[in-house]
Amino acid sequence: MKMKDYSPPPASTGIWVVVASITMTFAAFTSALIVRQGGATDWHHLTLPRILYLNTLVLFASSFALEMARRQVGAFMVGQRTIGQEAPGPKAEAEKPTLWLYVSLSLGLLFVAGQYIAWLQLRAQGLFLNTNPNSSFFYVLTAIHALHVLGGLGGLVRVISRLNRSILRKSTLDATAYYWHFMDALWVYLLLLLWMKL
Amino acid sequence: MHDMAKHDAVAHHAPTSFIGKHVFSLDHKVIGKQYYGMALLAAIVGMGLSWLMRVHLGWTNATIPGLHLLTKNGAPGDVMTPEFYLQLMTMHATIMVFFVLTTAPFAAFGNYFLPIQVGAEDMPFPHFNMMSFWVTFTGFLVLMSSFFVGTGPTLGGWTQYAPLSALGEVGGPGEGAGVVLWALAIAIFCVGQLLGSLNFITTTLDMRTRGMSLWRLPLSAWGWFITSCMGLTAFAVLMPACILLILDHVAGTSFFVSSNIVINDQMQPHSGGSTLLWQHLFWFFGHPEVYIAIVPGMGIVSHILITNMRKPMLSHRVLVYSMGALAVLSYMVYGHHMFVSGMNPVSSLAFSFPTLVITIPSTIVVLMWLGSLYGAKLRINSASLFSLGFISMFIAGGVSGFFLAQPSIDIMLHATYFVVGHFHLVMGVAAMFGIFAGTYFWFPKMYGRMMNETLGKIHFWLSFVGAYAIFMPFHYLGLAGNVRRYQAFSPDYMQPLIPLHKFITVAALITGAAQLIFIYNLIYSRFKGEPASDNPWQATSLEWSTPTTPPPHNNFGDKLPEVFHDPYQYGVESSVGDYVMQASPEKVKSENDEA
Repeated sequence: MKMKDYSPPPASTGIWVVVASITMTFAAFTSALIVRQGGATDWHHLTLPRILYLNTLVLFASSFALEMARRQVGAFMVGQRTIGQEAPGPKAEAEKPTLWLYVSLSLGLLFVAGQYIAWLQLRAQGLFLNTNPNSSFFYVLTAIHALHVLGGLGGLVRVISRLNRSILRKSTLDATAYYWHFMDALWVYLLLLLWMKL
Repeated sequence: MHDMAKHDAVAHHAPTSFIGKHVFSLDHKVIGKQYYGMALLAAIVGMGLSWLMRVHLGWTNATIPGLHLLTKNGAPGDVMTPEFYLQLMTMHATIMVFFVLTTAPFAAFGNYFLPIQVGAEDMPFPHFNMMSFWVTFTGFLVLMSSFFVGTGPTLGGWTQYAPLSALGEVGGPGEGAGVVLWALAIAIFCVGQLLGSLNFITTTLDMRTRGMSLWRLPLSAWGWFITSCMGLTAFAVLMPACILLILDHVAGTSFFVSSNIVINDQMQPHSGGSTLLWQHLFWFFGHPEVYIAIVPGMGIVSHILITNMRKPMLSHRVLVYSMGALAVLSYMVYGHHMFVSGMNPVSSLAFSFPTLVITIPSTIVVLMWLGSLYGAKLRINSASLFSLGFISMFIAGGVSGFFLAQPSIDIMLHATYFVVGHFHLVMGVAAMFGIFAGTYFWFPKMYGRMMNETLGKIHFWLSFVGAYAIFMPFHYLGLAGNVRRYQAFSPDYMQPLIPLHKFITVAALITGAAQLIFIYNLIYSRFKGEPASDNPWQATSLEWSTPTTPPPHNNFGDKLPEVFHDPYQYGVESSVGDYVMQASPEKVKSENDEA
């Protein structure tokens, strides 16, 4: 039997495991929403706060910034050969791509702040968690998504810290980026789900 | 398959402080033992609760000295109230299903042995692994705390059916804070198991050592891998369900409570929720959970039997495929728990069909065991006896599944002791026997000492006969119409069944007491057991190739092993005997090379 000498670093498999698990969680929420909406006479479809669309753009921009960072880190790492273990190689003068990472991080924080503003706007309209099932689902889905985004921000902070100490592994950066893009896709999905009248 | 980057990913130095070594340890072996310890503690608590219930069922007005210490209002004069009986029942089931049957065969043994069996020095995300245990343990503490909060633990049963579970204190003792703590504990538990599953899956896929192809994994490793895939999807669904349940309590939402529910002349402040929604979410998790409890046992028992038969299974691959099929099908059958929920009969039929189909891989697994055992010169020891016991319980409990799978019969048997007998045998006792088998088999590797075989065999026979004495009559009770979850049997037609309940109670007390032999054996052997060699069972897989016993911090010392053989090369002629170890480069004749 021919044996592979290489298997992917665990982070690049692990991220798909994480994505699968979060997908299942939101699939459960979705089915709950469909069932609850389907049989309900008390479902009042709320108008989504418009800031959500702006937030969506902010989250996309954050992803874009991270992708820019990822490309630069690739070049940076080539310069470093085995990152974190060897002295910087000839191309190490390539600038550390922390700037884009900070941009990504800030935009991510801005997204969470934007979501918070959306909640405040709904509250101002008298729509609370227990007002009607639609508002319940709105708060639950956006809050759980925001928690996951905050987790991603934690990941970004870790990436920046490891990059500054020159111990960042490419697989860690890639996994963080995939997670971050997945947060975009998940958000767009949730937005559609909340926007649609099923 | 090992490269430097991966080595860096998991390498952590051996801790020197007591806390680093034994408490917040990153070492998968310590985490495995912590899981085992927690499961043992939970099993003792869960069994103790079942004793209290059994005594009450046999002698309804019996005084149980000290019972009032467990509850504020549930035992006036140390006699159990009906509500307290239900609270004990709920806690017994929750503790056993989540904190024993899920943690011991999967998280405990899997943590300890999966990385070693794949030839890795640890799991890829040791911090997540450590969190996995401590989060799970926190869940256990939160659950236990409900004994001491408000009106005690919830009485809604481990399935926590809405609307009862979502109404709050008005639903009965423990239905307020008790349910919230229950749901919180389970949500926390889910987080812990998701972190564990992440590690198990990546360990299996990415951490295998050179030469360890997937087909060269031992069956126990396959069991844990398949289970972790199930855990990943099942617990990810239970967690949101628990979050919604908590919100119905603390935030006044109406996810699970419908309109117009009146209790004690009070209209409940909820509207429009779906009570069936909870059942769907719960059982989408709940049925895979049954297999999460049993598949690791299947892997462990296969692994042990092969070692003791000195020959591989009839087909390694068919066993793996069957366990995989069980995992996939387990998601398609959950509706069979809801045949009497008012579900459309067409849906019942749709769920009945895959339920009957799932018996096919189960039967293949059983036939694989029996066919392989046929004509084998089985070494009889505590581990192999408990493995046989596992098979016996799995068959005995599984057979009644054929009946329950059919809606027309299930309508009669639903919510009777027949169901209780069925799942206790097929999932409870079978999984426990898997845990016992694993303990007797791997204890020498974990602690460097052998367990006492005589005590082990006595433990087996008392448990084996005892388990049947307890749970076989359950089927008869169910057929006679004995409803489950009743704390007393006052209706006339149940009166003749009370002597049988008394018999079951006596059997449960004796069988439970027999477990003290096991605990004594564990403690005695830990300190005074005969020293074990590195490979006391002449086994082939990598856990027996570690340079020391117990294995060193990084499992294999300076160099990870290389694998040259399929996992079960028994019945061959080699320089060491009738087997050749996976890590041995020795070429042998008549190698059984299925993979």
